[in-house]
Amino acid sequence: MRQKLYATLDAAVADIPDGARIMFGGFGGSGFPNNLIEALLRRGSKNLTAISNNCGTREGELSPLFKNGQISHVIAAFPGPHSFYFQERFAKGEVTIELVPQGILCERMRAAAAGLLGFYTTVGVATEVAEGKEERVINGQRCILEMPIHADYAFIKADKSDGLGNLTYRLAARNFNPIMAQAAATTIAEVEEVVPVGAIDPEHVVTPAIFVHRVVVAKGIRYAA
Amino acid sequence: MPHNAGSEENPKVRPALRSKVRLTREEIAARAARELPDGAYVNLGWGIPNLIADHLPAGITVYFHSENGILGMGRRAKPGEEDLDLVDAMKVPVTLIPGASFFHQADAHLMTRGGHLDVAVLGAFQVSERGDLANWKVPGAKGVGAIGGAMDIAAGTKKVIVCMEHTTREGQPKIVRELTYPLTCLACVKTIVTDLAVIDVTEQGLVLRDLAPGWNSEEVQELTAAALKF
Repeated sequence: MRQKLYATLDAAVADIPDGARIMFGGFGGSGFPNNLIEALLRRGSKNLTAISNNCGTREGELSPLFKNGQISHVIAAFPGPHSFYFQERFAKGEVTIELVPQGILCERMRAAAAGLLGFYTTVGVATEVAEGKEERVINGQRCILEMPIHADYAFIKADKSDGLGNLTYRLAARNFNPIMAQAAATTIAEVEEVVPVGAIDPEHVVTPAIFVHRVVVAKGIRYAA
Repeated sequence: MPHNAGSEENPKVRPALRSKVRLTREEIAARAARELPDGAYVNLGWGIPNLIADHLPAGITVYFHSENGILGMGRRAKPGEEDLDLVDAMKVPVTLIPGASFFHQADAHLMTRGGHLDVAVLGAFQVSERGDLANWKVPGAKGVGAIGGAMDIAAGTKKVIVCMEHTTREGQPKIVRELTYPLTCLACVKTIVTDLAVIDVTEQGLVLRDLAPGWNSEEVQELTAAALKF
């Protein structure tokens, strides 16, 4: 059997090199892999590209990685009103950003997961988002070409995993996590609990184990808005 | 509190209009709530739209969608019942109504972009006479802006309603012929609900459908930078 369970958070991120592209799940304070983020802070990998809905909030979520100068580029939909460390680095020119409409961010990751080479959408036509992108007309509608977003790693937060890496989520903590789990080459999940294989009803599995490569147990950390 | 939108600062606005009472943000939300059909699937944006859930007319059931993956969102959580894994798109702890469901963010936006939602109510900086929407970035601001789900929601929802104050704090019209703020989506807005009026965006142009108490059509036209039909 494949061994996916890692004893420590640090072991789960021990191979992450400088320059890695990493997806981070989470939205609105919920479903962020904050324990893995802390482990990455200890690991110290630099020049990272972060792909996430936002750019940290106060001292939490992605903020410590911006504070510590580990992220050089970010792909996000909504940097967030309290993304102070990102804003500081951005103002100094130490971080670049690609701003992407939120649903298109999802679909570009899904394209990567699904082996699709791109897709056309009406979202963003004639806006700043369309700059530099191919535009055409399909069925009388202006649309732009969007390309997949790939990543080396996805850091995700799930509720339960079984020994194989089948995952369930809690309430709205699901958000970006199942999408990122499918899109990255290596998916690392922090979970509240690992249960025996077979203990999760197959009909209740949200992320099938094939998408999950490493699992580590950690009590979830949540930062309130 | 009733307000008069600070138009004192704009010398172009006649003193008689500066001092006139306009609808409050809560009253704009209450007026917009009357635009929602019974049984509709609805997304509410940041700002005034977020107040609408508290102002639904009696007998109307609306199913609220949140782009982080909730359909059937209920009222805000009371102190003590908050769960930080159950929040709306503004990070506010909420509750569920019976029959609610969870899904991931791609499905949440499949619902917006794919035309499955009946109505989205969004805030705006500007709306053009063709229904072009600007609501994600202020020109000249030092930040990068905040698209979030706005472009997906505006592009795909069957009916987009904008809720906003009719003029800026400085008294400048927010309904204009051509946008001067960065575009969110072309020709997507169908109805505009402001503190002065309800205006429909039609093929024939902007049609004034309703007025706030005490206001007449000519006065609203005076504070609108595009032609109104009435």
